[in-house]
Amino acid sequence: MANTGSHRFSVVTIVLTSMLLVLVVACLLFGSVHIDASVIFSILMGNDSGNAALNTIVLESRVPMILTAILAGAALSVSGLLLQTTFNNPLAGPSILGVSTGAGLGVAIVMLAMGGTIGGVMGDTIGGYMATLLAAILGAAVVLVILMVFASIVKSSTMLLIMGILVSYLASSIISLLNSVATEQGLQSYVYWGFGNFTGVSLDQMPIFAIVIVLSLVASMLMIKPLNALLLGTRYAQNLGVNTHRTRNLLLLITGVLTAVVTAFCGPIGFLGLVVPHIARLALNTSDHSRLMPVTMLTGAVTALLCSLISVSSPHGIIPINAITPIIGVPIIIYIIINRRKINYFN
Amino acid sequence: MAILQTHDMAVGFGQGSKRTTLLKGLNLKLEQGSLVALLGRNGAGKSTLIRAITCDNAPIEGSVEIDGNPSSLITKHQLSRLVALVATERIMGGAFTISELVALGRQPHTGFLGRLSKHDKEVVNQCLEAVGISHKAQQHIASLSDGERQKAMIAKALAQETPIIVLDEPTAFLDVASRIETMQLLHKLAHEQNKAVLLSSHDISQSLLLADELWVITSDHEVITGSTETVVMSGAMDRVFGDTSIFFNGNLCDYEAQLPTKVKVKLKCDDSNLTRCMTNALLRNGIAIDAASPFVLEIVASDKITLPNGKIVASVKDVVEYFK
Repeated sequence: MANTGSHRFSVVTIVLTSMLLVLVVACLLFGSVHIDASVIFSILMGNDSGNAALNTIVLESRVPMILTAILAGAALSVSGLLLQTTFNNPLAGPSILGVSTGAGLGVAIVMLAMGGTIGGVMGDTIGGYMATLLAAILGAAVVLVILMVFASIVKSSTMLLIMGILVSYLASSIISLLNSVATEQGLQSYVYWGFGNFTGVSLDQMPIFAIVIVLSLVASMLMIKPLNALLLGTRYAQNLGVNTHRTRNLLLLITGVLTAVVTAFCGPIGFLGLVVPHIARLALNTSDHSRLMPVTMLTGAVTALLCSLISVSSPHGIIPINAITPIIGVPIIIYIIINRRKINYFN
Repeated sequence: MAILQTHDMAVGFGQGSKRTTLLKGLNLKLEQGSLVALLGRNGAGKSTLIRAITCDNAPIEGSVEIDGNPSSLITKHQLSRLVALVATERIMGGAFTISELVALGRQPHTGFLGRLSKHDKEVVNQCLEAVGISHKAQQHIASLSDGERQKAMIAKALAQETPIIVLDEPTAFLDVASRIETMQLLHKLAHEQNKAVLLSSHDISQSLLLADELWVITSDHEVITGSTETVVMSGAMDRVFGDTSIFFNGNLCDYEAQLPTKVKVKLKCDDSNLTRCMTNALLRNGIAIDAASPFVLEIVASDKITLPNGKIVASVKDVVEYFK
């Protein structure tokens, strides 16, 4: 029933939005330093708490982390959704196909060339992090082009996944080779960057991070019509008037930018891109992108915030994001693989 | 006037020195209000011809003209309002409802965001009605049988509101009941909605029964076209398989194997169904039927056969034994 479908969409959206709000509050309240809720509220209202350290923690650590997690979660998840439809492969995702690693390679090369450190600091100057950002986009684009070429040669989606994993290994090994000539400090911050974290975007960098991601997300929303047609396969999509060649290239460009920006700032974060679109499909029980897209964004933001909250909840320091995402992601992927015959969107 | 015609078209595959021409000199015509069946053996070039007609692949030589315009001047978007396709590919969107799937057929008519107008929704409902699947409109594609899935794809094609519908082996994976139902549906749509319907098929008997026209690809790469009765009477059906062990049986509207036989007998039987069954049974046991044969078998029932010597036996096995 179309009505049940839109009813379900409303319920899912309301639940996710509530979860998002709760998590935002939780991420503001909890952290390695205990701060009174009333103090946090007052600082957020623009009042000076009289304690410079508290002001800094709330405004320059917790708020940027929350914004980063929301944007990065939505970006990676939409990136996964676009890849799954473009490659006609439900197990595609930016990390599993090596797109994140490609972006990471770009970052590594620039950092080494600039003699600076990787990740931990995105370069202090605007030029510094713009160069890193462009290198990440370029790295992601190279991997996507390689995947496109392979996809036109090998038709099997399993083979394409293996190709992605191989490309990913290759990029990792080049990164390791680069690291072998890097300074000890550079290596250390690279390893830290590789753990994944949502604390790498400073308030100064936030505008560019947010603008690029929001524009790319808007661009993905504009692709909903051809995305639905692509689910029927290339031939049907062409017959419906879709310029499949141009559409695929556009989708891969959006995917590349989304993945690259997040990877450059937050490190190569695994599983979110692969898992979140499935959570959205299971929740909505639909293949329709006009509902999947917004719910994927919301679910991505919620999941990333949850990971972020867990990562700061340990009394012994910050837990890497990449230590948390597999614990959430792997059980869901196993569930999906085992039950794929019963799940409608697979058949 | 023909809605689609080809001019000295040649089709094939490959490029450059590896190019293989399958069919050439094609001057084909599709008329609205008519169901055309494209018949031919595997590898004869049915799919290649269909891809040329739907402008998926450009012909090697010659041109396709649709609604008075050469295909080279027709944009992809215009094409999506002229030719609707039902292909053999399995689709990935199993969690689309039938209604959502058929609504995708409106894409050539909707705006940038694909939002459905009131008129679009009415068309979708009419198309669901026309193929008789309205009662399942809100079910997921994944929950449908193969026959229902094919009906849904046909409804999607209808929703495109094109004058031409092309179907690549629409009945390939269907059981007999769904095959007959699908063919009848297509025949009805061609006539009631004035569509030009072209389908490729291996289902000879249904095609001969329901197609207004045939395009038959022979084993020597000729395409013989015309009204079904003219093409059949021209003997074109015998030229589909360049193989003498298979021949076309006009009575059955289907192909039969030429089985090796050693003996000829004359059958005496009143029931035409029984005659056919016994003919088949004797044929597969090496006994041919010939009205001029001196040996007469009188069939009373399938288990009551009178031999030429007057003895009554209960099975074809005993008849074979007798002729040994």
